[in-house]
Amino acid sequence: MGGSGSRLSKELLAEYQDLTFLTKQEILLSVYVVLAPHLVDNEQQARSGNEHGRPIAENTDSSPLSTRAHRRFCELLPQEQRSVESSLQAQVPFEQILSLPELKANPFKERICRVFSTSPARDSLSFEDFLDLLSVFSDTATPDIKSHYAFRIFDFDDDGTLNREDLSRLVNCLTGEGEDTRLSASEMKQLIDNILEESDIDRDGTINLSEFQHVISRSPDFASSFKIVL
Amino acid sequence: MSHQVNDLKEEAQGRVKGRARSGSPRTGDRLGRRSSSKQTLKAEGTPGRRGAQRSQKERAGGSPSPGSPRRKQTGRRRHREELGEQERSKAERTCEGRRKRDERASFKEHTAAPKKEKEIPRKEEKSKRQKKPRSSSLASSASGGESLSEEKLARILERVEEKKQLIATMRSKPWPMAKKLTELREAQEFVEKYEGALGKGKGKRLYAYKMLMAKKWVKFKRDFDNFKTQCIPWEMKIKDIESHFGSSVASYFIFLRWMYGVNLVLFGLIFGLVIIPEVLMGMPYGSIPRKTVPRAEEEKAMDFSVLWDFEGYIKYSALFYGYYNNQRTIGWLRYRLPMAYFMVGVSVFGYSLMIIIRSMASNTQGSTGEGESDNFTFSFKMFTSWDYLIGNSETADNKYASITTSFKESIVDEQESNKEENIHLTRFLRVLANFLIICCLCGSGYLIYFVVKRSQQFSKMQNVSWYERNEVEIVMSLLGMFCPPLFETIAALENYHPRTGLKWQLGRIFALFLGNLYTFLLALMDDVHLKLANEETIKNITHWTLFNYYNSSGWNESVPRPPLHPADVPRGSCWETAVGIEFMRLTVSDMLVTYITILLVDFLRACFVRFMNYCWCWDLEAGFPSYAEFDISGNVLGLIFNQGMIWMGSFYAPGLVGINVLRLLTSMYFQCWAVMSSNVPHERVFKASRSNNFYMGLLLLVLFLSLLPVAYTIMSLPPSFDCGPFSGKNRMYDVLQETIENDFPTFLGKIFAFLANPGLIIPAILLMFLAIYYLNSVSKSLSRANAQLRKKIQVLREVEKSHKSVKGKATARDSEDTPKSSSKNAIQLQLTKEETTPPSASKSQAMDKKAQGPRTSNSASRTTLPASGHLPISRPPGIRPDSGHAPSQTHPWRSASGKSAQRPPR
Repeated sequence: MGGSGSRLSKELLAEYQDLTFLTKQEILLSVYVVLAPHLVDNEQQARSGNEHGRPIAENTDSSPLSTRAHRRFCELLPQEQRSVESSLQAQVPFEQILSLPELKANPFKERICRVFSTSPARDSLSFEDFLDLLSVFSDTATPDIKSHYAFRIFDFDDDGTLNREDLSRLVNCLTGEGEDTRLSASEMKQLIDNILEESDIDRDGTINLSEFQHVISRSPDFASSFKIVL
Repeated sequence: MSHQVNDLKEEAQGRVKGRARSGSPRTGDRLGRRSSSKQTLKAEGTPGRRGAQRSQKERAGGSPSPGSPRRKQTGRRRHREELGEQERSKAERTCEGRRKRDERASFKEHTAAPKKEKEIPRKEEKSKRQKKPRSSSLASSASGGESLSEEKLARILERVEEKKQLIATMRSKPWPMAKKLTELREAQEFVEKYEGALGKGKGKRLYAYKMLMAKKWVKFKRDFDNFKTQCIPWEMKIKDIESHFGSSVASYFIFLRWMYGVNLVLFGLIFGLVIIPEVLMGMPYGSIPRKTVPRAEEEKAMDFSVLWDFEGYIKYSALFYGYYNNQRTIGWLRYRLPMAYFMVGVSVFGYSLMIIIRSMASNTQGSTGEGESDNFTFSFKMFTSWDYLIGNSETADNKYASITTSFKESIVDEQESNKEENIHLTRFLRVLANFLIICCLCGSGYLIYFVVKRSQQFSKMQNVSWYERNEVEIVMSLLGMFCPPLFETIAALENYHPRTGLKWQLGRIFALFLGNLYTFLLALMDDVHLKLANEETIKNITHWTLFNYYNSSGWNESVPRPPLHPADVPRGSCWETAVGIEFMRLTVSDMLVTYITILLVDFLRACFVRFMNYCWCWDLEAGFPSYAEFDISGNVLGLIFNQGMIWMGSFYAPGLVGINVLRLLTSMYFQCWAVMSSNVPHERVFKASRSNNFYMGLLLLVLFLSLLPVAYTIMSLPPSFDCGPFSGKNRMYDVLQETIENDFPTFLGKIFAFLANPGLIIPAILLMFLAIYYLNSVSKSLSRANAQLRKKIQVLREVEKSHKSVKGKATARDSEDTPKSSSKNAIQLQLTKEETTPPSASKSQAMDKKAQGPRTSNSASRTTLPASGHLPISRPPGIRPDSGHAPSQTHPWRSASGKSAQRPPR
């Protein structure tokens, strides 16, 4: 751990700690989770010339700190040593992030990745994006920032408000894919009507961010459940 | 306000620009921006105008006109709130000219930003440019050692402080990391550059030193935090469980871990201040009667069966009260052991009380009233029901199912909320269930009383069987094992929501355990009184024996007689040790029963189901036996009551805490293993919510209840005459008086005597009552003020609604009077802002008001907006719900994209 800690320059690490709600260990851990597989990926690509590197996140999923991952990471570093900083900017495709055990079962995983992605095509996460993600989902993040991102996650069409379409997609996410758990159309309508009745303060038919945050701030257990621990 | 009027005049011209601006790109939020710009480009007429109005509003506060410092100041602040600091920082970047531009951002700004967008920075740039030479000259003049004008200095100081604040709050800004990084570096550079300019002459060095120390301190704090998180044990285990079973099961393990920490501290206290000094410096084993196994028990003292009952050598060891000597000081340190024993006993309670209350307080911080939750049942179900910690697909499936059912249930509830046909049946069933449970409780209480009485008879008889000796423990454990499932069965009648059900269940088991414990205590107390009554006679016997021994004839008078061997001295029953042994046995048997239950019920059942499923006629896994669920309530209460026993017993058995630490440690590993190996996630996965505080509340209650008997024994029972640190005293607390009299100067003794005077204590208590009364009335008046503010907002809402209806009737074209109305609204907004700024109006209150206003004026809106579904919902710009408050919530992304929601009229 120390080895990689020194590679991720101290100043950068300190800045990351300033800018996120994460501790040093968590940041280093996320280096392993995101970067190590990624570097392994690169290596494989270089060797086989294969275009799509196999996502290797599963290898490290049970114990991201396992010696194997560590060794791999360190093995790879000498060649890449110059570019650790730049590789922090490198993009990790969604599939790899989605296969993380922490996100695997989450119905909003695509949305989460999309919201946090800063790449132009919105199909991959850089290391810093991933840190952002973890920071927002960490235990110590403020409820404000949590609800802000929750809103963006729920806002499926990215138009800045939750309209009926968004809400029904949200319900579908929550009730799962199974046929038996789906709500019928009338139930859906009833449900969304009720929600709008409760939360849509200005009666414009949609829920905007401040209305959303207002509702969320009342919730006793939003902050405790809106977290992901790596 | 003159600003606003000016801006409103500009509004007409600014329409086109404003529209463009509303859709103007800003760094970092591409999506919202893109869509909104699309929308606004499509939109003509009203929405565009609205955008203009809004931007006008922003500028009204946000654009500083050059030269006036006050304006600039407020402008800056407002600007930060409204625009999320983006423009400001950009402007600074350009004007200060010492930073390479963020390439992407600047590129976009230059290419895509329309005219209006550029205007504001330019304005600011101008103002900043004017300022810049000043500030740089400031720096140089400061370095030259000249005195600065107060105003300039104050301005720099303010900006430095602002930057520092920005650095501190950067992490809670919803920006992407790259932006945060550049902002951070910029701010840091600025602070570093200008920090030195502050302070003059000699003060300068001191200031620099102070800054350096502050930096070091921050770094140290961060390192320490990192270290602390590294020290938290079992993080991975708990995380694993969390992802498999959801947060409710994990909350038990977090509670267990917390408990372990508390016990570790208690153990350190007792072990370090009582047991270690006694072992190192006290008289060794066998030197005096209380430290020696009596002759009659000597043969069996090392047998395992005897040791298992904490008799024999264990009874006469430092683990129990009776072993300690009443010597005032021991060893070359002259350590005052009796005093230390007493103080440790008190501080165990003190520490526990403090830590519980502290964690309760920290849990309640940031909580909002629970009464509010009724208003948002659906929204909560919708937005907060997913547990993001779930990482296991099976649990996720359960969660899907439970969310679906809860949706359906609440829909049905909503539809049938008026029908009350079932309510009588439900009520009847609930009353019935409570009746049954009370019967169970009484029965178990009686059973325990009966058994304890019987055991007292057994204790007088000789050679009783193993069962008869351990009857009390067995019966108590069995009751603890079978009653909770029974209660759960009965509770199924009641048909509560699982979270409510859990609380009821917890309350009932709590009552059961409490009843059992107190019955046990009462019976024990009877025993103690019996022993105390016998003590006098035993004391006489002892004296008589010793007297006889030394004065008996038939011994050579010239040689002094060797002292009687301590094992032969007759001695009292030492009720304190007896009580300690009872608690010790109860703890151990409780632990064993828990482990055996887990092994038998959970593990064997799981094995059976798993392996017999291949050759069974029905599906065992899905059908009848199935796997066990983790019993949260039972486990939590078991833990709490165990802790209660530790608190009660630790005064009489200092070793009890050590045993408890071992117990918690093993049960952490054992239960983690058992949960992961043989339990299944709850069928209705529900979140832990605030149950942590509920646990804490129960724990506090138990602490108080276990404090009572200990305090009673300390204050009102005489200690045994021949064992323990307080032997020979009339009451245990006499040790305090003794220490004050002998070891403190006399005036301190007088002060203490004065403090203990009822004449001082009663006024103190009165004062406390007065303080409580005062605080209570203050909180009442604050809440009244809150309600008043709410009402005001409500009125404001209604005004707004009427405007809305006017607008709804009007055509989409904007008419002459709209600026007027919006200006009126703006004035009103100003007023409300002034009203809401007093300290009592915290953010949550502001939110409250926002909620309350429309909620109550719903009906009005419905009547005034007949077809609000398709009408353009045109909010007057002045009363944007988020413009008046909550600065942290407004940010470029939101303000850029919020407008897109307002659709163009047909």
